[in-house]
Amino acid sequence: MTPLLTADNLLLCAGTRTLCSGLSLRVEQGQRWGLLGKNGAGKTSLLHTLAGLRTPREGTVLLDGTPLATLSPAQIAEVVGLLLQESVDALPSTVLETALLGRHPHTKNRLFDNAEDLAIAHEALRKLGIESLAQRAVNSLSGGERQRLALAMLLAQRPRLLLLDEPSNHLDLGFQTPLIHLLLSQASGNPEESIISSDSVSQGAAVIMATHDINLAARVCDNIVLMIGDGETLVGKAVDVLKEENLAKAYDCPIARVEHEGRTLFYPL
Amino acid sequence: MSQFQPFRLLLIALLAAFASVLVSLLSGSVELSFDDLIAYTVGDIPALQRQVLEDIRLPRTLAAFVTGAALALAGVLMQVLLRNPLADPYILGLSGGAAVGALASIMLGLGGWWLSGTAFVGALVSVGVVFGIASRSGRWSTTHLLLTGVVVSAGWGALINLMLSTSASASVQGMLFWLMGDLSQSRVGLMQIGILITGSALALRAARSLNVLVRGDLVAASLGVHVNGLRLSLFFGASLLTVIAVTTAGSVGFVGLVVPHMLRLTGARDHRLLIPFSLLAGGTFLVVADTLARTLLAPQQLPVGVITALIGVPSFIAILRSAPSR
Repeated sequence: MTPLLTADNLLLCAGTRTLCSGLSLRVEQGQRWGLLGKNGAGKTSLLHTLAGLRTPREGTVLLDGTPLATLSPAQIAEVVGLLLQESVDALPSTVLETALLGRHPHTKNRLFDNAEDLAIAHEALRKLGIESLAQRAVNSLSGGERQRLALAMLLAQRPRLLLLDEPSNHLDLGFQTPLIHLLLSQASGNPEESIISSDSVSQGAAVIMATHDINLAARVCDNIVLMIGDGETLVGKAVDVLKEENLAKAYDCPIARVEHEGRTLFYPL
Repeated sequence: MSQFQPFRLLLIALLAAFASVLVSLLSGSVELSFDDLIAYTVGDIPALQRQVLEDIRLPRTLAAFVTGAALALAGVLMQVLLRNPLADPYILGLSGGAAVGALASIMLGLGGWWLSGTAFVGALVSVGVVFGIASRSGRWSTTHLLLTGVVVSAGWGALINLMLSTSASASVQGMLFWLMGDLSQSRVGLMQIGILITGSALALRAARSLNVLVRGDLVAASLGVHVNGLRLSLFFGASLLTVIAVTTAGSVGFVGLVVPHMLRLTGARDHRLLIPFSLLAGGTFLVVADTLARTLLAPQQLPVGVITALIGVPSFIAILRSAPSR
Protein backbone atom coordinates (compact mmCIF):
# COMPACT_ATOMS: atom_id res chain seq x y z
CA MET A 1 0.00 0.00 0.00
CA THR A 2 1.21 3.53 -0.73
CA PRO A 3 2.27 5.26 2.46
CA LEU A 4 0.36 8.42 3.36
CA LEU A 5 3.51 10.53 3.37
CA THR A 6 6.97 9.75 2.08
CA ALA A 7 9.95 12.06 2.47
CA ASP A 8 12.88 11.06 0.34
CA ASN A 9 16.42 12.28 0.93
CA LEU A 10 15.46 15.73 2.21
CA LEU A 11 18.03 18.50 2.53
CA LEU A 12 16.82 21.53 4.47
CA CYS A 13 18.89 24.62 5.10
CA ALA A 14 18.39 27.86 6.97
CA GLY A 15 20.84 30.42 5.63
CA THR A 16 24.21 28.67 5.74
CA ARG A 17 23.09 26.18 8.39
CA THR A 18 22.09 22.65 7.42
CA LEU A 19 19.01 21.58 9.36
CA CYS A 20 18.80 18.06 8.05
CA SER A 21 20.34 16.19 5.18
CA GLY A 22 19.48 12.86 3.62
CA LEU A 23 16.35 12.60 5.76
CA SER A 24 13.89 9.94 4.62
CA LEU A 25 10.59 9.00 6.26
CA ARG A 26 7.65 6.72 5.53
CA VAL A 27 4.57 7.74 7.46
CA GLU A 28 1.72 5.25 7.39
CA GLN A 29 -1.86 5.88 8.39
CA GLY A 30 -2.41 5.39 12.09
CA GLN A 31 1.19 6.20 13.01
CA ARG A 32 2.19 8.83 15.54
CA TRP A 33 5.49 10.54 14.93
CA GLY A 34 7.37 12.82 17.30
CA LEU A 35 9.78 15.46 16.07
CA LEU A 36 12.38 16.34 18.68
CA GLY A 37 15.39 18.64 18.78
CA LYS A 38 16.78 21.76 20.34
CA ASN A 39 15.45 25.26 19.71
CA GLY A 40 16.36 26.19 16.15
CA ALA A 41 17.14 22.60 15.18
CA GLY A 42 14.61 22.83 12.35
CA LYS A 43 11.48 21.13 13.70
CA THR A 44 9.18 23.83 12.38
CA SER A 45 10.99 24.04 9.04
CA LEU A 46 10.64 20.30 8.59
CA LEU A 47 6.92 20.42 9.43
CA HIS A 48 6.37 23.27 6.98
CA THR A 49 8.23 21.32 4.30
CA LEU A 50 6.05 18.27 4.89
CA ALA A 51 2.99 20.56 4.62
CA GLY A 52 4.21 21.92 1.28
CA LEU A 53 4.71 25.46 2.56
CA ARG A 54 8.44 25.32 2.00
CA THR A 55 10.45 23.75 -0.78
CA PRO A 56 13.33 21.51 0.31
CA ARG A 57 16.79 22.35 -1.06
CA GLU A 58 16.98 18.73 -2.24
CA GLY A 59 14.73 15.71 -2.11
CA THR A 60 11.00 15.18 -2.54
CA VAL A 61 7.92 14.77 -0.39
CA LEU A 62 5.18 12.47 -1.66
CA LEU A 63 1.61 12.63 -0.45
CA ASP A 64 -0.30 9.42 -1.22
CA GLY A 65 2.48 8.72 -3.72
CA THR A 66 2.16 12.06 -5.54
CA PRO A 67 4.93 14.70 -5.28
CA LEU A 68 3.76 17.69 -3.22
CA ALA A 69 5.21 20.04 -5.82
CA THR A 70 2.68 18.85 -8.39
CA LEU A 71 -0.33 19.36 -6.07
CA SER A 72 -2.17 22.66 -5.63
CA PRO A 73 -2.42 24.18 -2.14
CA ALA A 74 -6.12 23.31 -2.17
CA GLN A 75 -5.44 19.65 -2.97
CA ILE A 76 -2.86 19.42 -0.18
CA ALA A 77 -5.19 21.11 2.31
CA GLU A 78 -7.84 18.44 1.76
CA VAL A 79 -5.45 15.88 3.23
CA VAL A 80 -2.91 17.73 5.37
CA GLY A 81 -3.70 19.94 8.37
CA LEU A 82 -1.09 22.07 10.09
CA LEU A 83 -1.18 23.50 13.59
CA LEU A 84 1.00 26.60 13.67
CA GLN A 85 2.80 27.99 16.68
CA GLU A 86 1.74 31.59 16.28
CA SER A 87 -1.61 33.14 15.46
CA VAL A 88 -2.49 36.52 13.98
CA ASP A 89 -5.54 38.45 15.09
CA ALA A 90 -5.19 41.96 13.77
CA LEU A 91 -8.77 41.93 12.48
CA PRO A 92 -10.40 39.55 14.93
CA SER A 93 -13.44 37.39 14.29
CA THR A 94 -15.40 35.17 16.65
CA VAL A 95 -14.40 31.74 17.91
CA LEU A 96 -17.05 29.97 15.83
CA GLU A 97 -16.13 31.90 12.65
CA THR A 98 -12.50 30.96 13.20
CA ALA A 99 -13.25 27.27 13.74
CA LEU A 100 -15.33 27.35 10.53
CA LEU A 101 -12.25 28.48 8.60
CA GLY A 102 -11.01 24.91 9.06
CA ARG A 103 -13.70 23.83 6.60
CA HIS A 104 -12.22 26.11 3.90
CA PRO A 105 -10.54 23.35 1.84
CA HIS A 106 -13.78 21.36 1.67
CA THR A 107 -16.29 24.14 1.06
CA LYS A 108 -17.62 24.41 -2.45
CA ASN A 109 -20.16 27.21 -2.03
CA ARG A 110 -18.40 30.56 -2.11
CA LEU A 111 -21.04 32.49 -0.21
CA PHE A 112 -23.11 30.36 2.11
CA ASP A 113 -22.22 28.02 4.93
CA ASN A 114 -23.96 24.69 4.97
CA ALA A 115 -25.38 23.01 8.05
CA GLU A 116 -22.86 20.17 7.92
CA ASP A 117 -19.87 22.52 8.11
CA LEU A 118 -21.46 24.37 11.03
CA ALA A 119 -22.11 21.09 12.81
CA ILE A 120 -18.51 19.98 12.28
CA ALA A 121 -17.18 23.30 13.62
CA HIS A 122 -19.43 23.11 16.70
CA GLU A 123 -18.37 19.52 17.27
CA ALA A 124 -14.69 20.52 17.09
CA LEU A 125 -15.24 23.32 19.62
CA ARG A 126 -17.04 20.87 21.90
CA LYS A 127 -14.16 18.36 21.67
CA LEU A 128 -11.77 21.08 22.77
CA GLY A 129 -14.07 22.23 25.56
CA ILE A 130 -14.58 25.75 24.22
CA GLU A 131 -18.09 25.55 22.77
CA SER A 132 -19.31 28.05 25.38
CA LEU A 133 -16.91 30.62 23.89
CA ALA A 134 -18.37 30.29 20.37
CA GLN A 135 -19.53 33.91 20.09
CA ARG A 136 -16.51 35.47 21.82
CA ALA A 137 -14.02 37.59 19.87
CA VAL A 138 -10.74 35.77 19.28
CA ASN A 139 -8.66 38.63 20.68
CA SER A 140 -10.40 38.32 24.06
CA LEU A 141 -9.18 34.75 24.56
CA SER A 142 -6.34 33.63 26.80
CA GLY A 143 -3.26 31.94 25.33
CA GLY A 144 -4.53 28.48 26.25
CA GLU A 145 -7.98 29.16 24.81
CA ARG A 146 -6.39 30.34 21.56
CA GLN A 147 -4.38 27.14 21.39
CA ARG A 148 -7.55 25.11 21.88
CA LEU A 149 -9.22 27.14 19.15
CA ALA A 150 -6.31 26.50 16.77
CA LEU A 151 -6.68 22.78 17.51
CA ALA A 152 -10.45 22.99 16.95
CA MET A 153 -9.86 24.64 13.58
CA LEU A 154 -7.48 21.81 12.69
CA LEU A 155 -9.98 19.13 13.73
CA ALA A 156 -12.73 20.88 11.75
CA GLN A 157 -10.49 20.53 8.71
CA ARG A 158 -10.57 16.73 9.23
CA PRO A 159 -7.16 16.09 7.72
CA ARG A 160 -5.77 12.59 7.26
CA LEU A 161 -2.33 13.86 8.18
CA LEU A 162 -2.05 16.13 11.21
CA LEU A 163 1.15 18.16 11.48
CA LEU A 164 1.35 19.73 14.92
CA ASP A 165 3.84 22.37 15.96
CA GLU A 166 4.05 22.34 19.77
CA PRO A 167 0.46 21.21 20.33
CA SER A 168 0.77 21.43 24.13
CA ASN A 169 1.87 25.10 24.07
CA HIS A 170 -0.03 27.24 26.59
CA LEU A 171 -2.13 24.27 27.70
CA ASP A 172 -2.27 23.49 31.38
CA LEU A 173 -1.28 20.05 32.62
CA GLY A 174 -4.88 19.09 33.32
CA PHE A 175 -5.85 19.53 29.67
CA GLN A 176 -2.72 17.93 28.21
CA THR A 177 -3.96 14.42 28.96
CA PRO A 178 -7.41 14.87 27.33
CA LEU A 179 -5.69 16.55 24.40
CA ILE A 180 -3.34 13.63 23.98
CA HIS A 181 -6.24 11.21 24.08
CA LEU A 182 -8.04 13.30 21.49
CA LEU A 183 -5.02 13.30 19.20
CA LEU A 184 -4.37 9.61 19.78
CA SER A 185 -7.96 8.87 18.84
CA GLN A 186 -7.37 10.58 15.51
CA ALA A 187 -4.57 8.13 14.84
CA SER A 188 -6.20 5.00 16.24
CA GLY A 189 -9.35 5.62 14.23
CA ASN A 190 -11.60 4.94 17.20
CA PRO A 191 -15.02 5.98 15.89
CA GLU A 192 -16.23 6.83 19.42
CA GLU A 193 -13.59 9.46 19.92
CA SER A 194 -12.50 10.37 16.46
CA ILE A 195 -14.03 13.21 14.49
CA ILE A 196 -12.15 12.31 11.36
CA SER A 197 -14.55 11.57 8.52
CA SER A 198 -15.93 8.07 8.46
CA ASP A 199 -14.03 6.74 5.44
CA SER A 200 -10.68 7.43 7.03
CA VAL A 201 -11.71 6.25 10.47
CA SER A 202 -11.09 2.64 9.57
CA GLN A 203 -7.49 3.53 8.73
CA GLY A 204 -6.90 6.33 11.24
CA ALA A 205 -5.07 9.53 10.52
CA ALA A 206 -1.35 9.96 10.93
CA VAL A 207 0.02 12.49 13.40
CA ILE A 208 3.43 14.17 13.26
CA MET A 209 4.12 16.50 16.14
CA ALA A 210 7.04 18.74 16.83
CA THR A 211 7.56 19.24 20.54
CA HIS A 212 10.22 20.28 23.01
CA ASP A 213 8.65 17.94 25.57
CA ILE A 214 10.56 14.66 25.38
CA ASN A 215 8.23 13.00 27.88
CA LEU A 216 5.15 13.90 25.87
CA ALA A 217 6.75 12.38 22.78
CA ALA A 218 7.84 9.29 24.73
CA ARG A 219 4.32 8.79 25.99
CA VAL A 220 2.46 9.37 22.76
CA CYS A 221 4.64 8.62 19.75
CA ASP A 222 5.53 5.30 18.19
CA ASN A 223 8.15 6.80 15.87
CA ILE A 224 10.65 9.60 16.45
CA VAL A 225 12.70 11.97 14.29
CA LEU A 226 15.47 13.37 16.48
CA MET A 227 17.21 16.39 14.96
CA ILE A 228 20.69 16.45 16.39
CA GLY A 229 22.13 19.49 14.62
CA ASP A 230 24.59 19.93 11.75
CA GLY A 231 22.12 18.12 9.50
CA GLU A 232 22.29 14.88 11.41
CA THR A 233 19.01 13.14 12.24
CA LEU A 234 17.98 9.90 13.89
CA VAL A 235 14.83 8.28 12.58
CA GLY A 236 13.18 5.17 13.96
CA LYS A 237 10.98 3.49 16.52
CA ALA A 238 10.57 5.51 19.71
CA VAL A 239 12.18 2.82 21.85
CA ASP A 240 15.28 2.79 19.64
CA VAL A 241 15.74 6.54 19.29
CA LEU A 242 14.78 7.75 22.77
CA LYS A 243 17.97 6.74 24.54
CA GLU A 244 19.97 8.80 27.00
CA GLU A 245 23.03 9.06 24.80
CA ASN A 246 21.06 10.18 21.70
CA LEU A 247 19.12 12.78 23.66
CA ALA A 248 22.25 14.03 25.40
CA LYS A 249 23.83 14.58 22.01
CA ALA A 250 20.76 16.33 20.57
CA TYR A 251 20.13 18.57 23.56
CA ASP A 252 23.77 19.17 24.49
CA CYS A 253 23.31 18.20 28.09
CA PRO A 254 23.39 14.95 30.06
CA ILE A 255 19.95 13.35 30.27
CA ALA A 256 18.84 10.50 32.52
CA ARG A 257 15.75 8.29 32.45
CA VAL A 258 13.55 6.70 35.05
CA GLU A 259 10.82 4.14 34.76
CA HIS A 260 7.79 4.80 36.91
CA GLU A 261 4.45 2.99 36.88
CA GLY A 262 5.04 1.73 33.39
CA ARG A 263 6.06 5.13 32.02
CA THR A 264 9.45 6.33 30.90
CA LEU A 265 10.49 9.79 32.02
CA PHE A 266 13.54 11.73 30.91
CA TYR A 267 15.10 14.56 32.87
CA PRO A 268 18.20 16.72 32.48
CA LEU A 269 21.02 16.21 34.95
CA MET B 1 -26.83 37.88 23.35
CA SER B 2 -28.48 39.36 20.30
CA GLN B 3 -27.91 37.30 17.20
CA PHE B 4 -26.22 39.02 14.28
CA GLN B 5 -28.73 39.30 11.46
CA PRO B 6 -27.04 39.82 8.10
CA PHE B 7 -30.15 40.01 5.95
CA ARG B 8 -31.86 42.59 8.11
CA LEU B 9 -28.71 44.71 8.10
CA LEU B 10 -28.37 44.31 4.35
CA LEU B 11 -31.94 45.53 3.92
CA ILE B 12 -31.29 48.52 6.18
CA ALA B 13 -28.14 49.36 4.21
CA LEU B 14 -30.05 49.17 0.93
CA LEU B 15 -32.83 51.44 2.24
CA ALA B 16 -30.28 53.90 3.59
CA ALA B 17 -28.50 53.99 0.23
CA PHE B 18 -31.79 54.62 -1.54
CA ALA B 19 -32.80 57.34 0.90
CA SER B 20 -29.43 59.10 0.64
CA VAL B 21 -29.70 59.18 -3.15
CA LEU B 22 -33.24 60.61 -2.94
CA VAL B 23 -32.21 63.33 -0.50
CA SER B 24 -29.22 64.19 -2.63
CA LEU B 25 -31.37 64.52 -5.75
CA LEU B 26 -33.90 66.72 -3.96
CA SER B 27 -31.39 69.05 -2.26
CA GLY B 28 -29.95 72.15 -3.88
CA SER B 29 -30.60 75.71 -4.94
CA VAL B 30 -33.22 74.78 -7.55
CA GLU B 31 -36.34 73.41 -5.87
CA LEU B 32 -37.11 69.86 -6.86
CA SER B 33 -39.90 67.89 -5.26
CA PHE B 34 -40.53 64.20 -4.96
CA ASP B 35 -43.38 64.67 -7.45
CA ASP B 36 -40.86 66.08 -9.95
CA LEU B 37 -38.83 62.86 -9.63
CA ILE B 38 -41.92 60.78 -10.28
CA ALA B 39 -42.75 63.04 -13.21
CA TYR B 40 -39.21 62.64 -14.50
CA THR B 41 -39.51 58.86 -14.61
CA VAL B 42 -42.54 59.18 -16.87
CA GLY B 43 -40.87 61.90 -18.94
CA ASP B 44 -43.19 64.70 -17.90
CA ILE B 45 -41.05 67.38 -16.22
CA PRO B 46 -40.36 71.10 -16.84
CA ALA B 47 -37.19 71.83 -18.82
CA LEU B 48 -35.30 73.60 -16.01
CA GLN B 49 -35.91 70.79 -13.55
CA ARG B 50 -35.00 68.22 -16.16
CA GLN B 51 -31.72 70.00 -16.87
CA VAL B 52 -30.81 70.33 -13.19
CA LEU B 53 -31.55 66.67 -12.62
CA GLU B 54 -29.87 65.26 -15.72
CA ASP B 55 -26.86 67.54 -15.99
CA ILE B 56 -26.07 68.29 -12.38
CA ARG B 57 -27.60 66.24 -9.62
CA LEU B 58 -27.82 62.74 -11.10
CA PRO B 59 -24.22 62.68 -12.39
CA ARG B 60 -22.87 64.19 -9.19
CA THR B 61 -24.82 61.82 -6.95
CA LEU B 62 -23.73 58.87 -9.05
CA ALA B 63 -20.10 60.04 -8.88
CA ALA B 64 -20.33 60.38 -5.11
CA PHE B 65 -21.84 56.91 -4.69
CA VAL B 66 -19.32 55.19 -6.98
CA THR B 67 -16.38 57.01 -5.37
CA GLY B 68 -17.54 56.19 -1.84
CA ALA B 69 -18.20 52.55 -2.68
CA ALA B 70 -14.83 52.18 -4.42
CA LEU B 71 -12.98 53.76 -1.49
CA ALA B 72 -14.73 51.60 1.10
CA LEU B 73 -14.02 48.42 -0.85
CA ALA B 74 -10.40 49.46 -1.45
CA GLY B 75 -10.12 50.08 2.30
CA VAL B 76 -11.39 46.57 3.10
CA LEU B 77 -8.96 45.00 0.63
CA MET B 78 -6.00 47.07 1.83
CA GLN B 79 -6.71 46.14 5.45
CA VAL B 80 -6.65 42.47 4.51
CA LEU B 81 -3.52 42.85 2.36
CA LEU B 82 -1.60 44.65 5.09
CA ARG B 83 -3.41 42.82 7.89
CA ASN B 84 -3.50 46.15 9.64
CA PRO B 85 -6.59 47.90 10.98
CA LEU B 86 -4.99 51.29 10.28
CA ALA B 87 -4.62 50.64 6.57
CA ASP B 88 -6.67 52.82 4.22
CA PRO B 89 -6.75 53.06 0.41
CA TYR B 90 -4.05 55.74 0.44
CA ILE B 91 -1.59 54.03 2.76
CA LEU B 92 0.68 52.78 -0.02
CA GLY B 93 1.19 56.29 -1.38
CA LEU B 94 -1.23 56.08 -4.27
CA SER B 95 -3.11 59.29 -3.44
CA GLY B 96 0.20 61.15 -3.08
CA GLY B 97 1.21 60.17 -6.60
CA ALA B 98 -2.20 61.14 -7.92
CA ALA B 99 -2.04 64.45 -6.06
CA VAL B 100 1.33 65.35 -7.54
CA GLY B 101 -0.09 64.64 -11.00
CA ALA B 102 -3.24 66.66 -10.39
CA LEU B 103 -1.39 69.57 -8.79
CA ALA B 104 0.98 69.70 -11.75
CA SER B 105 -2.05 70.15 -14.02
CA ILE B 106 -3.47 72.88 -11.82
CA MET B 107 -0.07 74.63 -11.71
CA LEU B 108 0.09 74.61 -15.49
CA GLY B 109 -3.46 75.93 -15.69
CA LEU B 110 -4.80 72.76 -17.29
CA GLY B 111 -8.25 71.56 -16.29
CA GLY B 112 -10.88 69.00 -17.12
CA TRP B 113 -9.52 65.78 -18.54
CA TRP B 114 -5.93 66.84 -17.97
CA LEU B 115 -6.57 66.90 -14.24
CA SER B 116 -7.82 63.34 -14.00
CA GLY B 117 -5.37 62.19 -16.68
CA THR B 118 -2.30 63.42 -14.84
CA ALA B 119 -3.73 62.18 -11.52
CA PHE B 120 -4.17 58.77 -13.13
CA VAL B 121 -0.57 58.75 -14.37
CA GLY B 122 0.71 59.89 -10.96
CA ALA B 123 -1.23 57.13 -9.21
CA LEU B 124 0.11 54.49 -11.61
CA VAL B 125 3.67 55.71 -11.08
CA SER B 126 3.15 55.38 -7.35
CA VAL B 127 1.71 51.86 -7.64
CA GLY B 128 4.61 50.89 -9.90
CA VAL B 129 7.25 52.29 -7.55
CA VAL B 130 5.80 50.54 -4.48
CA PHE B 131 5.34 47.29 -6.37
CA GLY B 132 8.85 47.49 -7.81
CA ILE B 133 10.48 48.06 -4.44
CA ALA B 134 8.34 45.52 -2.59
CA SER B 135 8.79 42.73 -5.13
CA ARG B 136 12.47 43.38 -5.88
CA SER B 137 13.28 42.63 -2.27
CA GLY B 138 11.49 39.32 -2.88
CA ARG B 139 9.60 39.74 0.36
CA TRP B 140 5.94 40.55 0.25
CA SER B 141 5.83 40.70 4.02
CA THR B 142 3.15 43.04 5.30
CA THR B 143 5.65 45.09 7.30
CA HIS B 144 7.93 45.54 4.32
CA LEU B 145 5.07 46.55 2.04
CA LEU B 146 3.69 48.94 4.66
CA LEU B 147 7.06 50.59 5.23
CA THR B 148 7.59 50.95 1.48
CA GLY B 149 4.18 52.62 1.16
CA VAL B 150 4.79 54.97 4.07
CA VAL B 151 8.17 56.05 2.72
CA VAL B 152 6.81 56.59 -0.80
CA SER B 153 3.91 58.61 0.68
CA ALA B 154 6.37 60.77 2.55
CA GLY B 155 8.24 61.45 -0.68
CA TRP B 156 5.05 62.49 -2.46
CA GLY B 157 4.12 64.61 0.55
CA ALA B 158 7.32 66.59 0.19
CA LEU B 159 6.62 67.18 -3.52
CA ILE B 160 3.05 68.28 -2.72
CA ASN B 161 4.30 70.79 -0.17
CA LEU B 162 6.88 72.05 -2.63
CA MET B 163 4.20 72.60 -5.26
CA LEU B 164 1.83 74.27 -2.81
CA SER B 165 4.47 76.65 -1.52
CA THR B 166 5.73 77.69 -4.93
CA SER B 167 2.38 78.04 -6.74
CA ALA B 168 0.60 81.29 -7.43
CA SER B 169 -1.89 81.96 -4.67
CA ALA B 170 -4.75 81.96 -7.20
CA SER B 171 -4.27 78.26 -7.94
CA VAL B 172 -3.61 77.17 -4.35
CA GLN B 173 -7.29 77.07 -3.44
CA GLY B 174 -8.00 74.66 -6.30
CA MET B 175 -5.10 72.52 -5.15
CA LEU B 176 -6.38 72.42 -1.58
CA PHE B 177 -9.84 71.43 -2.78
CA TRP B 178 -8.33 68.59 -4.79
CA LEU B 179 -6.24 67.45 -1.83
CA MET B 180 -9.21 67.43 0.52
CA GLY B 181 -11.48 65.77 -2.00
CA ASP B 182 -14.13 67.59 -3.98
CA LEU B 183 -16.99 66.30 -6.08
CA SER B 184 -18.20 69.55 -7.67
CA GLN B 185 -16.74 68.74 -11.10
CA SER B 186 -16.98 64.96 -10.76
CA ARG B 187 -18.49 62.66 -13.34
CA VAL B 188 -18.21 58.93 -13.66
CA GLY B 189 -18.64 56.96 -16.83
CA LEU B 190 -19.14 53.34 -17.78
CA MET B 191 -15.45 52.62 -17.21
CA GLN B 192 -15.52 53.56 -13.53
CA ILE B 193 -18.82 51.80 -12.92
CA GLY B 194 -17.57 48.74 -14.78
CA ILE B 195 -14.37 48.59 -12.73
CA LEU B 196 -16.34 48.94 -9.50
CA ILE B 197 -18.80 46.18 -10.41
CA THR B 198 -16.09 43.82 -11.67
CA GLY B 199 -13.93 44.51 -8.61
CA SER B 200 -16.85 43.90 -6.26
CA ALA B 201 -17.79 40.64 -7.94
CA LEU B 202 -14.19 39.35 -7.83
CA ALA B 203 -13.80 40.43 -4.21
CA LEU B 204 -17.01 38.67 -3.25
CA ARG B 205 -15.83 35.54 -5.05
CA ALA B 206 -12.63 35.61 -2.99
CA ALA B 207 -14.41 36.57 0.26
CA ARG B 208 -13.91 33.21 1.95
CA SER B 209 -10.23 33.22 1.08
CA LEU B 210 -9.95 36.74 2.52
CA ASN B 211 -11.41 35.47 5.79
CA VAL B 212 -8.62 32.91 5.88
CA LEU B 213 -5.93 35.35 4.75
CA VAL B 214 -6.51 37.75 7.66
CA ARG B 215 -5.50 34.92 9.99
CA GLY B 216 -2.01 34.99 8.47
CA ASP B 217 -0.19 33.89 5.33
CA LEU B 218 0.84 30.53 6.77
CA VAL B 219 -2.64 29.69 8.03
CA ALA B 220 -4.08 30.64 4.64
CA ALA B 221 -1.49 28.59 2.74
CA SER B 222 -2.07 25.56 4.95
CA LEU B 223 -5.81 25.85 4.28
CA GLY B 224 -5.27 25.76 0.53
CA VAL B 225 -5.21 29.45 -0.42
CA HIS B 226 -2.84 30.61 -3.19
CA VAL B 227 -1.39 33.28 -0.91
CA ASN B 228 0.93 35.06 -3.32
CA GLY B 229 -1.61 35.21 -6.12
CA LEU B 230 -4.33 36.45 -3.81
CA ARG B 231 -2.12 39.14 -2.27
CA LEU B 232 -1.03 40.36 -5.70
CA SER B 233 -4.68 40.56 -6.76
CA LEU B 234 -5.49 42.48 -3.59
CA PHE B 235 -2.68 44.92 -4.24
CA PHE B 236 -3.69 45.64 -7.82
CA GLY B 237 -7.44 45.45 -7.18
CA ALA B 238 -7.33 47.88 -4.27
CA SER B 239 -5.02 50.15 -6.26
CA LEU B 240 -7.31 50.23 -9.29
CA LEU B 241 -10.36 51.00 -7.15
CA THR B 242 -8.48 53.79 -5.43
CA VAL B 243 -7.33 55.16 -8.77
CA ILE B 244 -10.90 55.50 -10.03
CA ALA B 245 -11.85 57.20 -6.76
CA VAL B 246 -9.02 59.74 -6.69
CA THR B 247 -9.27 60.57 -10.38
CA THR B 248 -12.99 61.23 -9.84
CA ALA B 249 -12.97 63.20 -6.63
CA GLY B 250 -9.43 63.86 -5.43
CA SER B 251 -8.22 62.30 -2.21
CA VAL B 252 -11.38 62.15 -0.15
CA GLY B 253 -10.23 61.03 3.25
CA PHE B 254 -11.79 58.90 5.91
CA VAL B 255 -14.27 56.83 3.87
CA GLY B 256 -11.86 54.00 3.17
CA LEU B 257 -10.61 53.84 6.74
CA VAL B 258 -13.74 54.40 8.76
CA VAL B 259 -16.52 52.67 6.82
CA PRO B 260 -14.97 49.17 6.93
CA HIS B 261 -14.22 49.59 10.62
CA MET B 262 -17.66 50.80 11.55
CA LEU B 263 -19.09 47.74 9.85
CA ARG B 264 -16.58 45.41 11.49
CA LEU B 265 -17.54 46.87 14.87
CA THR B 266 -21.22 46.30 14.20
CA GLY B 267 -20.52 42.63 13.58
CA ALA B 268 -19.83 42.25 9.84
CA ARG B 269 -16.35 40.78 10.20
CA ASP B 270 -16.96 38.06 7.66
CA HIS B 271 -15.89 39.37 4.25
CA ARG B 272 -18.86 37.74 2.56
CA LEU B 273 -20.93 40.37 4.42
CA LEU B 274 -18.33 43.08 4.83
CA ILE B 275 -17.81 43.52 1.09
CA PRO B 276 -21.45 44.23 0.11
CA PHE B 277 -21.99 46.29 3.27
CA SER B 278 -18.92 48.39 2.60
CA LEU B 279 -20.02 49.11 -0.95
CA LEU B 280 -23.47 50.28 0.19
CA ALA B 281 -22.30 52.11 3.30
CA GLY B 282 -19.33 53.76 1.56
CA GLY B 283 -21.53 54.99 -1.27
CA THR B 284 -24.24 56.21 1.12
CA PHE B 285 -21.71 57.94 3.35
CA LEU B 286 -20.18 59.93 0.52
CA VAL B 287 -23.56 60.84 -1.02
CA VAL B 288 -24.70 62.22 2.35
CA ALA B 289 -21.40 64.03 2.92
CA ASP B 290 -21.52 65.58 -0.54
CA THR B 291 -25.13 66.69 -0.10
CA LEU B 292 -24.11 68.46 3.10
CA ALA B 293 -20.98 69.88 1.43
CA ARG B 294 -23.05 71.67 -1.20
CA THR B 295 -26.00 72.73 0.98
CA LEU B 296 -24.63 73.64 4.43
CA LEU B 297 -23.15 76.99 3.42
CA ALA B 298 -24.85 77.30 0.01
CA PRO B 299 -24.07 78.83 -2.37
CA GLN B 300 -20.55 78.29 -1.00
CA GLN B 301 -19.37 74.70 -1.69
CA LEU B 302 -17.23 72.93 0.89
CA PRO B 303 -14.65 70.26 0.06
CA VAL B 304 -16.41 66.94 0.70
CA GLY B 305 -13.32 65.56 2.45
CA VAL B 306 -13.86 68.04 5.27
CA ILE B 307 -17.42 66.83 5.73
CA THR B 308 -16.48 63.14 5.69
CA ALA B 309 -14.11 63.77 8.57
CA LEU B 310 -16.58 65.98 10.42
CA ILE B 311 -19.30 63.30 10.29
CA GLY B 312 -16.90 60.39 10.42
CA VAL B 313 -15.02 61.25 13.59
CA PRO B 314 -17.99 61.59 15.97
CA SER B 315 -19.93 58.65 14.53
CA PHE B 316 -16.86 56.44 14.70
CA ILE B 317 -16.27 57.40 18.32
CA ALA B 318 -19.94 56.68 19.09
CA ILE B 319 -19.74 53.21 17.54
CA LEU B 320 -16.42 52.51 19.22
CA ARG B 321 -17.95 53.35 22.61
CA SER B 322 -21.12 51.36 22.10
CA ALA B 323 -19.41 48.30 20.59
CA PRO B 324 -19.64 45.36 22.98
CA SER B 325 -16.21 44.62 24.41
CA ARG B 326 -16.66 40.91 24.49
